[in-house]
Amino acid sequence: MVFNDFLTMRHELILVCMILLVLIIDLCVSKANKTVMIPVAISLFLIHTIIGFLPAQSGVLFGGAYHSEPLTVLMKNILNIGVVIVLLQSAAWLQKEENREKISEFFMIMWATLTGMYFMISSGDFLMLYLGLELATIPMATLAAYVHHQTKSAEAGVKFILSSALSSGILLFGLSMIYGTCGSMYFDTIQTAYGNAPLQVLAFLFFFSGMAFKISLVPFHLWTADVYEGAPVNVTSYFSVISKGASAFILIIVLYTVFHSIAYLWKDVLYIISIITMVVGNLFALRQQNLKRFLAFSSIAQAGFLLLGLLGANEVGMTATIYFVLVYIFSNLGAFGVVSAIHAKTGKENISDYNGLYKTNPLLSLLMMLSMFSLAGIPPVAGFFGKFFLFTSAASAGYYWLVFIAVLNATISLYYYLMVVKAMFINKNDNPIPYFKSDAYTRVGLICAALGIFVIGFWSQIYEIITSLAFGVIK
Amino acid sequence: MVNYAYTLLIPLIPLAVFLFLGLTGHKYKPIVSGIIGTLGLGIGAILSYATAISYFFVNHVDGTKLESIKAFEIPWLHITENLTISLGSLIDPISVMMLVVITTVSLMVHIYSIGYMKGEKGYHRFFAFLSLFTFSMLGLVMATNIFQMYIFWELVGLSSYLLIGFYYTKPSAVAASKKAFIVTRFADLGFLIGILMLSFFTQTFDFQTLTNPNGPAIANNYGTGFMGLSLITWALLFIFMGGAGKSAMFPLHIWLPDAMEGPTPVSALIHAATMVVAGVYLVARLFPVYALTGGDALHVVAWVGGFSSLFAAVIACTQTDIKRVLAYSTMSQIGYMMLALGVSGYGGHDGLGFMAANFHLFTHAMFKALLFLGAGAVIHAVHSNEMGDMGGLRKYLPITHITFLIACLTIAGVPPFSGFWSKDEILVAAWHHDKVLFIIEFLVAGLTAFYMFRLYYNIFWNKDTHYHHTPHESPLVMTIPLMILAFGAVVSGFLPFHKMVTSDGMAIESHIDFAVAIPSVLIGLIGIAVATVMYRKPGSLPDKIAGTFKNFYKWAYHKFYMDEVYLFVTKKIIFRYISAPLAWFDRHVVDASMNGIANTVDATSKSVRGFQSGRIQQYGYVFVVGAILLVLLFIYIF
Repeated sequence: MVFNDFLTMRHELILVCMILLVLIIDLCVSKANKTVMIPVAISLFLIHTIIGFLPAQSGVLFGGAYHSEPLTVLMKNILNIGVVIVLLQSAAWLQKEENREKISEFFMIMWATLTGMYFMISSGDFLMLYLGLELATIPMATLAAYVHHQTKSAEAGVKFILSSALSSGILLFGLSMIYGTCGSMYFDTIQTAYGNAPLQVLAFLFFFSGMAFKISLVPFHLWTADVYEGAPVNVTSYFSVISKGASAFILIIVLYTVFHSIAYLWKDVLYIISIITMVVGNLFALRQQNLKRFLAFSSIAQAGFLLLGLLGANEVGMTATIYFVLVYIFSNLGAFGVVSAIHAKTGKENISDYNGLYKTNPLLSLLMMLSMFSLAGIPPVAGFFGKFFLFTSAASAGYYWLVFIAVLNATISLYYYLMVVKAMFINKNDNPIPYFKSDAYTRVGLICAALGIFVIGFWSQIYEIITSLAFGVIK
Repeated sequence: MVNYAYTLLIPLIPLAVFLFLGLTGHKYKPIVSGIIGTLGLGIGAILSYATAISYFFVNHVDGTKLESIKAFEIPWLHITENLTISLGSLIDPISVMMLVVITTVSLMVHIYSIGYMKGEKGYHRFFAFLSLFTFSMLGLVMATNIFQMYIFWELVGLSSYLLIGFYYTKPSAVAASKKAFIVTRFADLGFLIGILMLSFFTQTFDFQTLTNPNGPAIANNYGTGFMGLSLITWALLFIFMGGAGKSAMFPLHIWLPDAMEGPTPVSALIHAATMVVAGVYLVARLFPVYALTGGDALHVVAWVGGFSSLFAAVIACTQTDIKRVLAYSTMSQIGYMMLALGVSGYGGHDGLGFMAANFHLFTHAMFKALLFLGAGAVIHAVHSNEMGDMGGLRKYLPITHITFLIACLTIAGVPPFSGFWSKDEILVAAWHHDKVLFIIEFLVAGLTAFYMFRLYYNIFWNKDTHYHHTPHESPLVMTIPLMILAFGAVVSGFLPFHKMVTSDGMAIESHIDFAVAIPSVLIGLIGIAVATVMYRKPGSLPDKIAGTFKNFYKWAYHKFYMDEVYLFVTKKIIFRYISAPLAWFDRHVVDASMNGIANTVDATSKSVRGFQSGRIQQYGYVFVVGAILLVLLFIYIF
């Protein structure tokens, strides 16, 4: 390998270096001063994010196992921005007495999973994909169990590791059959060799189930609510935004490239799964009282919408989906930012606790309202454009019924998103959450999310950039 | 080519001021928000003047065409391959003229309001809304394409709604703001349909492409479409409907008099100089399309304008609320402008009407803002809008009196004040085009002089009313804008408009046509004389005359019962025979089925709750079964 090859995979390499740096710096910091790690780690990651935006070169490494192109770089950059916001929003929580000792662990574990996601996005064969998947999953369980003295958090960790072990098993089973029928692990080879022999269909469906687990599509979603509720708010935020976003990106790439030849098949699968996912996600979201559970089901329903985009014609569908993920990241981060800010201060996380929030904390309520509007898809915030492009993409491919069902579901979702807004603005409360001032990290994190919700909607260039990159990928 | 990108700041500064005052205004003393608002607008005004001087004089060689320049443009939304919505700023003669008009009047209103609104609740809110309104209006005139114009058009509607309903605790103000919003919104529906039709046929929103004489809108012949008119004509008529709504043309004028419920500076800003001329601006903006596609639409514009001006002038003679008199006078004057556009042709001397309409728009903005602000000063002094409560005020309010008199002389068309020059051009244009329209306008000129001086005498002369508190002249911060506007009203007639704002950008010859000017001045003077005889001193003559034309007077006093006609049509016909059955259907069929669906959803969601048991074994079970079901489904069934 020459130096230039290192540059091609600079996202992964720099992040690994950052992890090591945090480890070393942490050793030098005395126990009393662990909070220093927060600004250090955040600035390190910020540097990493900025470097990520410098012009990158495309290329293939390790005999095709790793490849990098403008679109994968863009996906990684999107994830980076999301992680920056997650980190900013976590600062207040990390500063708490009980977490002080293991601040650096939080950063290192989180970045390790992110490295896994990078490898998955850039993978050129299934082996790399699987390695990335496990790298992204196993540390995640420790993240979920981060507050190990709380049973709920520990339970979340255990549930997650068990479920993901099962899903990995099935996915691996699928991969072995793919290898068995095609004789190769490389995407490029499989792409030409894939047909619709029953074993190959079986292999694809098992692989798909494993991925569906990551994006929490129904019926592979059951772990979501319990893990989301049990894990600390900021970890949940990371789960639902970054991990899910990354998995969606990977699914997009794999479906459009590797399984391109059986598109007619996976489109039928997505058709069914997307309907079930939207409906089930919505039905469960209607009943939730805990905001984290509520957001868990809302994210399941959103994943159902996401599949709509994949059904569209190639480039249009790909663009619409990536755009939707981008919008989803910011909208969800806005919501989770508010939830985590309030949780860090008061420990409350039920919808009824938010009654009358507008009277005491108007700015937080406004941001929460914006995020809810964006998730529900109300113009003029970004969420509207995200859904709009998704629906356009599916409709242009002729899936009118699916769009119709999706629109119905969007209406149902409006109900529960507005319930939160109603709680904050209309419901009376004798002792609402008192006014508090968030620290600077949280505030910057919240402002970034709010800006994203607006800017992505109005700045049409973003959509065009994604389009231009999407055209490069599909062969 | 000069770079006019800095013109972008002109609307953006008021926007920034609006955001700043809206978000943080309540933290400061009221006067601070007034000063911030005024300073922001002051900068905008200076930039506008700089733009105008640079565009019309410094960077323009005499005898060449005034080009239309896109100072800035970014694409915003791609709708189809060809159709793109952009946002930008367009610099051409009419937009530069409007920049000057809007910033000048708005700046005067800002300064004036510092004094007028003193002590009112919501002082900073008032200035925030004023800035929002100014931003919307500036964005409207600078729009590079018809869709951007529509966006700002609606923003203007919204901000005028906020300003008219500023006293939101007063039921009449709330009703008036709603009425204004709904009526103009209804008209805007026509505008939107027009935009969609026009863009459908021409595949563009862009003004430069639309108004290009060789462009798709004009050069392509779309032939006869519907009811003997071409489809382009229909589109233009729909667009004109939007313009008529904003400009309060008959029969969409009913919101204008009620809108006087807003604070008087608002009336000056919205109903004198800016929002109401948006319709005129719209027609002027698309003028080449109107003029070069058969002219049928233009014919409608002319007659609607002509009729409205006469209709409003008659009503204005009978009203006793001084702001309403001014409101009807506005409607009448805007009718003039519309008529002038309607009788105009494209290019060369045929385009005299176009020039005259814009010229009158400019001078009217000055003197009508002056009249409203003067009326505001009067109301400020006597705390009433009714003529009956006034009289003899010239002794108490000397500055207001003189400036008001200047404005009255201007609107009456007495030379050498500016109103004379612009009105004369309109009458000349009408004379060359259609004698009937000319006669209407000629009569209106007389009526205008009469009702303005009726107003003037009733306020400042007539009886010596006894006042509880002695009325006193307004503070300087209110009288200085009056004086500046009075100066504008006197001299703006001498601007070389024929060289600046013409239909095709080329200078035209302009001279006084004495055959028209002399009679029009004479009828103005007759109007003034009649008003002097009737109203200078208190007497029974006005009542006697009103008694002679008893029925007609009553009709005019009740604004020809237009409000009642609307109420009858809406309440008795639409509500009873269309809305009521629809409401029944909505409650019993739509709502019932929706409730049914909601209940079903609710019940289903209750019954599926068991799935989420929290037991990991069950989760694994569901996972595996799900995967196997998928496999079975796709291998054996599909």
